[in-house]
Amino acid sequence: MEPRELSSIMAQNWDLLKRVERRSGVDVKNCYQCGKCSAGCPMAFAMDYVPRQIIRLLQLGFVDEALRSRTIWICAHCQTCYTRCPKEVDLPRLMEALRQEAGRAGLVTDKKVHLFDRAFLGSVERYGRVHEMGLIVQFNLQSGQPFKDAGLAPALFLNGKISPFPSRIKDSAAVKAIFQRVRSRGGAEH
Amino acid sequence: MKYAYYPGCSLHATAVEYDISARLVAKHLGLELWEIPEWNCCGASAAHNTDHLLALALPARNLAIAEREGLDVAVPCAACFNRLKASQVAVRGSEEMRNTIKEIIGMDYQGRVEVRAFLDVVVNGVGLEKIQGLVTRPLTGLKVAAYYGCLLVRPPGLTGFDDPEDPQTMDRLVEALGATPVPWAFKTECCSASLATSRTDIGLWPIFRILKHAKASGADCIAVACPLCFLNLDMRQGEAKRRFQESLDIPIFYFTELIGIALGYPPKELGLSKHFVNPLPLLESKEILRHPATRRETA
Repeated sequence: MEPRELSSIMAQNWDLLKRVERRSGVDVKNCYQCGKCSAGCPMAFAMDYVPRQIIRLLQLGFVDEALRSRTIWICAHCQTCYTRCPKEVDLPRLMEALRQEAGRAGLVTDKKVHLFDRAFLGSVERYGRVHEMGLIVQFNLQSGQPFKDAGLAPALFLNGKISPFPSRIKDSAAVKAIFQRVRSRGGAEH
Repeated sequence: MKYAYYPGCSLHATAVEYDISARLVAKHLGLELWEIPEWNCCGASAAHNTDHLLALALPARNLAIAEREGLDVAVPCAACFNRLKASQVAVRGSEEMRNTIKEIIGMDYQGRVEVRAFLDVVVNGVGLEKIQGLVTRPLTGLKVAAYYGCLLVRPPGLTGFDDPEDPQTMDRLVEALGATPVPWAFKTECCSASLATSRTDIGLWPIFRILKHAKASGADCIAVACPLCFLNLDMRQGEAKRRFQESLDIPIFYFTELIGIALGYPPKELGLSKHFVNPLPLLESKEILRHPATRRETA
């Protein structure tokens, strides 16, 4: 990385950082970089920055780097870091806020995770419940891997674990209305 | 004891045996379950990844229906439990949030009724003494790795009923059923949750580690209390085995299935034939099913 001038980087990213902090309820200055979050993170092996480094990037104002990281999509929200953090920094909430910000900014570095979440919520909005088979078919097609897990389907089908028909609640309009009201408040847009 | 029952989407699909065994066992233990009519999906991780308010509002609609009946809510799925509880705590803790949620779901919801994991209801509500007294087919000789995963016990400020690092509820339960819980280090390690589906390439590694360490600790099987943990450890076990070239072959049970076996129910009635990793050879090798005093024979 070439030399960067931190004060101007912080100034450029100040509003974005404050928005991420407000949405997550996390004050990134609370972290004193002990690294306990990252030592226990079950997904750290697949991340480009470990969770501690994501906070460090934010502390220094490198919000863009955090938004472009794979880490924010690979976090499994297992709550191990938050449970162990001596400063009670809610990292899973921070990862959520970063994902939402990355989605808004069109900086999705893990299309598969993003597609999965969208397909999941699409199913909930349509039927009131998740239709697992529909979700997987949609996810596989959109992510360009139509035969993924196809070998598991016959056993799931024979054991009554998946059905081609969604279970739809009668009052699905009530659930659609929840999505609409959240949207009208500026949320759930991606 | 009567509870509102929130099965969640998985229990009507890939976790159908969890639903079947939970209902059977509840009835046997004197728990009346009132399924929340017209319940909707809690939104799971997809909702809280997308919007905080959506993630609180989707569970709140179900809780509002239960609150009208004045019933505490029993939730078998660990992820649903965590989301429902988060919604209840947020509404209880702030009048502003209470009003916002009310506006979004179009129903009054005060956060009054309790949200409890089904495991907690069984072990701490019914009590181990009563359960032990009803065992007709003890699980003698069965070594069980109790696997809690993440959202049942974390974050502890939210989930409340057990220790986040070394939980004991399920260990004590399997002990009461006559089995032997093994001490092991992966009780609360994440199974990679939905990443096992969306990013199977990386999700298989955490799954493999859990299975491997359960075996290494001397366990014959793993007990779980979450449909996603089950799906990952059972359905993806074959894939993990092929990827990491190691023989695993360890059956997975919902804790409700283990209770059902110990209470004398035939395996088929509990849905055990629906597993990917067939658990029957293990039960047969331990001669657990041959025990004469089954509930049906004595009835």
